[in-house]
Amino acid sequence: RWRLFSDLLYKHNFSEIIQRASKIFVSHSQITRLYSRFHSLDKGENGALSREDFQRIPELAINPLGDRIINAFFPEGEDQVNFRGFMRTLAHFRPVEDNEKNKDPSAGEPLNSRNNKLLFAFRLYDLDRDDKISRDELLQVLRMMVGVNISDEQLGSIADRTIQEADTNGDMCISFSEFIKVLEKVDVEQKMSIRFLH
Amino acid sequence: MLRVVGLWGEVSAEDHEDGGASHHGGGYKIVQWEWSYVQTPYIIAIWLLVASVAKILFHFSQRFTTVVPESCVLILLGLVLGAVVLIANKKQLYQLDPGLFFLFLLPTIVGDAGYFMPSRLFFDNLGAILMYAVVGTLWNAFCTGFCLYGVKLAGVIDDKVQAGLMEFLLFGALISAVDPVAVLAVFEEVHVNEMLFIIVFGESLLNDAVTVVLYKVYISFVEVGPGNVQTADYFKGVASFLVVSIGGTMVGLIFAVILAFITRFTKKVRIIEPLFIFLLVYLAYLTAELFSLSAILSMTFCGIGCNKYVEANISQKSRTTVKYTMKTLASIAETIIFIFLGISAVDKSKWAWDTGLIACTLIFIFVFRAMGVVGQTWILNKFRLVPLEKIDQVVMSYGGLRGAVAFALVVLLDGEQVKAKDYFVATTIVVVFFTVMFQGLTIKPLVKWLKVPRSTNRKPTINEEIHERAFDHILAAIEDIAGLNGYHHWRDKWEQFDKNYLSKLLLRKSVYHKSELWEAYQKINIRDAISVIDQGGNILTSARLSLPSMASRTSFPEVTNVTNYLRENGSGVCLDLQVIDTNPGAKVEEETETHHVLAGNLYKPRRRYQSHYSRHFMTVGDQERQEREVFQRNMRNRLESFKSTHYKRHKKDRSQKKARAQLHLSQLLLLLTSRVKPTNTQLRLGMTQAELVLKREGCSEENKGERSEPDKDEDVGITFVARKGSETPKERPKSVPAALEVCQSPSVAPPSPTCGEKNLPWKGGIGTLPPCVSVEATKIIPIDLQQAWNQSISSLESLASPPVPQEPQHPRVSFQFPGGKEEEEESALSQQQQEMQPLMPSLRPPPPPPSGWCVGKLKLCSLMGL
Repeated sequence: RWRLFSDLLYKHNFSEIIQRASKIFVSHSQITRLYSRFHSLDKGENGALSREDFQRIPELAINPLGDRIINAFFPEGEDQVNFRGFMRTLAHFRPVEDNEKNKDPSAGEPLNSRNNKLLFAFRLYDLDRDDKISRDELLQVLRMMVGVNISDEQLGSIADRTIQEADTNGDMCISFSEFIKVLEKVDVEQKMSIRFLH
Repeated sequence: MLRVVGLWGEVSAEDHEDGGASHHGGGYKIVQWEWSYVQTPYIIAIWLLVASVAKILFHFSQRFTTVVPESCVLILLGLVLGAVVLIANKKQLYQLDPGLFFLFLLPTIVGDAGYFMPSRLFFDNLGAILMYAVVGTLWNAFCTGFCLYGVKLAGVIDDKVQAGLMEFLLFGALISAVDPVAVLAVFEEVHVNEMLFIIVFGESLLNDAVTVVLYKVYISFVEVGPGNVQTADYFKGVASFLVVSIGGTMVGLIFAVILAFITRFTKKVRIIEPLFIFLLVYLAYLTAELFSLSAILSMTFCGIGCNKYVEANISQKSRTTVKYTMKTLASIAETIIFIFLGISAVDKSKWAWDTGLIACTLIFIFVFRAMGVVGQTWILNKFRLVPLEKIDQVVMSYGGLRGAVAFALVVLLDGEQVKAKDYFVATTIVVVFFTVMFQGLTIKPLVKWLKVPRSTNRKPTINEEIHERAFDHILAAIEDIAGLNGYHHWRDKWEQFDKNYLSKLLLRKSVYHKSELWEAYQKINIRDAISVIDQGGNILTSARLSLPSMASRTSFPEVTNVTNYLRENGSGVCLDLQVIDTNPGAKVEEETETHHVLAGNLYKPRRRYQSHYSRHFMTVGDQERQEREVFQRNMRNRLESFKSTHYKRHKKDRSQKKARAQLHLSQLLLLLTSRVKPTNTQLRLGMTQAELVLKREGCSEENKGERSEPDKDEDVGITFVARKGSETPKERPKSVPAALEVCQSPSVAPPSPTCGEKNLPWKGGIGTLPPCVSVEATKIIPIDLQQAWNQSISSLESLASPPVPQEPQHPRVSFQFPGGKEEEEESALSQQQQEMQPLMPSLRPPPPPPSGWCVGKLKLCSLMGL
C-alpha cells in the first residue's frame, strides 16, 4: 500500500491528483484502489494505458461490447489514457448520491449524472460521432450482442422497429435527445451504476 | 375439510328415506342415493364452489374492492360461515387442517409464486432478501420469545398460561415468520414498486427454512425438557439450519434441471406439457418434505430455476395453460385458506383468551419487526447500490404480515407437551387477523400517504430491451476493467456458463439457436398487435372518418358520395387499384371499395371445417389463423396511421395546387391513384413479408428460393401467402372488372389456411400484381430458374423505370415504385418500407414520371400474364 502511495507521488503530482480525483470520486481509498488496478493493468509501466493493456483483461475479450467500451476510454484520436482519463471514464458509473441530487446546478453536471451515463451508452452506438445512431450503427451493435444465431433479416427488422419506435422527427436515426426520451422510464441511475467499494 | 360427514350424513339419511318411499320400497331401485360414495369429492367441490362464488360476489362492487383487500372479506366470510356451522351443529366441524394446508394449499401458492418469480429482480436483491429472511426472522423469533418470557415473569401474563422459556421461544419462532400467503394477498393489491415487493415477498418465502428449523429444534427441546438440552444440541440446530436450507434449495434446483430436460422432448406430446410442470414442481415440494428439508425453498427455487428453460421449450399454448392453471389454483387455494382461517376462529373449544399474552405478542412482533428492519437496512445500505429509503422501511415493517403458516404450525403443536397450546392458538388467530385485516386494510392508505413509488406494470419496449442489455454488458466490462469482482462480474460469468453449458443441455436445439432478443421482439410485436385490436380494431376507420381533410373537400364540392369521401380521406387504403386498367363505372368502383373496406376491417369468420376430435392433439388451424390476422391488422393499422399523418398533409397541398391548375377531377384521381397504388401494394406486400419474417423463426434463411421446412413447432410455421395470388392471373381474362374478380376469389379458393389472404385487395387485380408477384413469386420458382427470372424481371423493370442501382444477385427483386416528388411522402414510404420489409434495400428511388411508370407497369402486367 505504501509503495503505491510513493508510486503515486513519484509519477504524478500527488496532491493534484487527489484534488482532481476527489471531484470525481469521493474517498481516497477508492482512488488508491483504482490506482493499484491501473498500475497492474499498465504493463508498459509508463503511467498510461494502451488499448493492448485493456485487451489483456480476459473477461473483456468475451464481452460482446468489449471493444466499444475500451474505445470509450480513449479520447478521440489518442491511443493512450492516463490515470486521470481512466478515472474520468469510470466516474460515469459512480452511483448518484443523495446529497448530489439537490446540488446547485451552477456547479456543472457531474460525470455520473443521468445524462452523462446515457451519453456514455449512446457513444457506444454512435461510431461516427455524428450524434445520431443510424440503422447501420444499431445493426452493428445488435450483431455484437446477439451473436450469430439470428439472421440479417431478423436483425434488420429488430433494428427497424427500434428506430421506428424511438424516432420522432422522421430522420430514421436516433438522436441523443430521442435516446433520452425513449429511456426516460428506465432507472438509468441504477442500471448504469456500480458500487465502487469504499 | 373431511369432517363434514356428520352434518351431511343426517341430511342424506332423511333424503334417502324420501327417495325410498316414492318408489314404494323393496326390489330394484331405479334411483339410488349414493351419498357415501361421492361424499368426499362432493364436499370439496361444494367448498370450492362456495369460495369461487364468494369471489364473484365480492368483485361485484368496484368501490368496495379498491378499499378492502380480498383477504379481509374472505376471513369475514369464513367467520360468518363458521358461525352458521357452529349454530347449526353446536360443534365446529371444520378447521384449517395442517396436513391439508401444507400438502395441498400451500404448494399451489408457492408453486405459482416461484414459477412466475421475476428472477432478475429476485437475484438483484438476493442479498437483502437473505438478510431479512435469515437474520430478521431469527431476531424476531428470539426477541419475541425472550420478551414474552420476561413479561410472563413480570406477571403481566396470567398464571394459567403454563409455559416456560422454551415454550415461549417456540411460540416466538412460529409467530415471527412473515407469511407468503398473506403478503401476496395484500401486496398484490397495493402495487408498491417491484423492488419493495420482491424484498418483502422474497423474505416471506425464504424465511421458511429458518422457521422450520427453529420450530423443530424447539419442539425437540420442549420434548426433552429445557434442563436436558446440551450445548451440542445448539450446534446441531445450526447444522440443521444449513442442511434444511441448502438441501431444500438443492432439491429444488435438481428438479428444475430434470423438468427443463424433460420439456426438451415433449414436442410430440404437447398436450401433457403443462402436466410435467405441475408434477415436477410439486414433486420438488414433496421430496423436500420427505427429507424434512425446507419445502418452500425447494419449490421456489425449482420454479425460478426451470422457468427460463421450460418457457422456452414448451409451446405458446402450454405456456398459457400453465399460467392460467397455476393462477387459478393459487387463487382458489388462497381463498380457501382465508375462509378456513375465518372458520377456524369460530371454535369455542380452541379459545383460551389471555389479554396480556395477546396484547404483548401484538406489541412485540410489531416493535421488533420495525427495529429489525431499521437495523438491517442500516447495515444493508452500506453495501447497496440503491439504498432503501425511510418510507421503504416503514412499508417493510408494516408489511410484516403473519398468516396461515403460523396458524397451521401452532395447530400442529402437541397439546400434551405444550400445555399452553390453546392460548397460543388463540393468540395466533388474533395476530393473524390483526395483521391481515387491520394492517391489510390500512397499508393501502399508508402507501398512498407516504407516496411510496408504485409499480408501473409497464412492459418494456424494444428500445429498453436492447439498451438495457447493452447496459448490462457495459457494467460487466467496467467492473472487469476496474478489477472489481462485483455482482455484474459474476452475473456475466453465470450468463456465459448458462449459454455455453446449461442452455445447451436444457433447451431444444431449435430454441437454443434462437436469440433472446428476437424472442423479445416477437413478443412485443404480438403484444402490440393484440393491444391495437383490444383498443377496438376500428381505430383506423374512426380515425379516417373523423379526420376529414376539409380543404380538399371544399375544393371539390362534387365529392359527395362515400367512396369519394373515403378516397379523399382514406389515405390511399381503400383506393381502388383497377381504375387505370378498366375505368369501371362508379357503382362497380364503390362496390369494390366496400368490399375492400369490409375485407380489410372485418374479422374473417371462423371456419368450422375442422370437426376433427382428438384427445391427444389440439387442432392447429384456428388459433394460428387468428394470430396471423391479429398481426396483420396491427401492421396495417400502424402503416395506415403512419401514412395518414405523412400522406394526408401533402395530399392536401397538392390537391389545392392541382385545383388551381384546373385539372379535371377524374384526372386528378387517376393521378392520385397511380401514386397511391404502389404504395398500397407495397404496403400489403410489406405486411405479408413481415408476417413471413415473423412466422419463419427457426428457419434457415440462407436460401430464399428453397422452401425450407422449419423445425415446425405447433405454434410456428411458414405461410407463403402469395402462392395462390401469383397464379390467379392466368385464369383471369383481363377485361373482367376488378370488383367481380375480387368477389369471385373467395369462392374459387379452396378452404385452406391461406385462403383468407386471397381476399386481400391487392391480389384482386392484374394491375397490382407485378410488384407483389415479383417478390413473392421468387419463392415459388425453382431455384435453378431464379437467375433467369430475376434477369427478366430486371429487364422489365428497366423498361418501366430508369435504371437504378440494384442488387441483381439479391434473391428478392425489390421493385422500385414511384415515391412521388414530394420528399415527405417518400420518407414516409421508405419508413414504412423499412418498418415492414427489412430486406428491401432502402434505396431512394429516383422519381420516375408517373404516367410512364403506369405504362411500364401495364407492359409488365401483360408480360407477366405468363
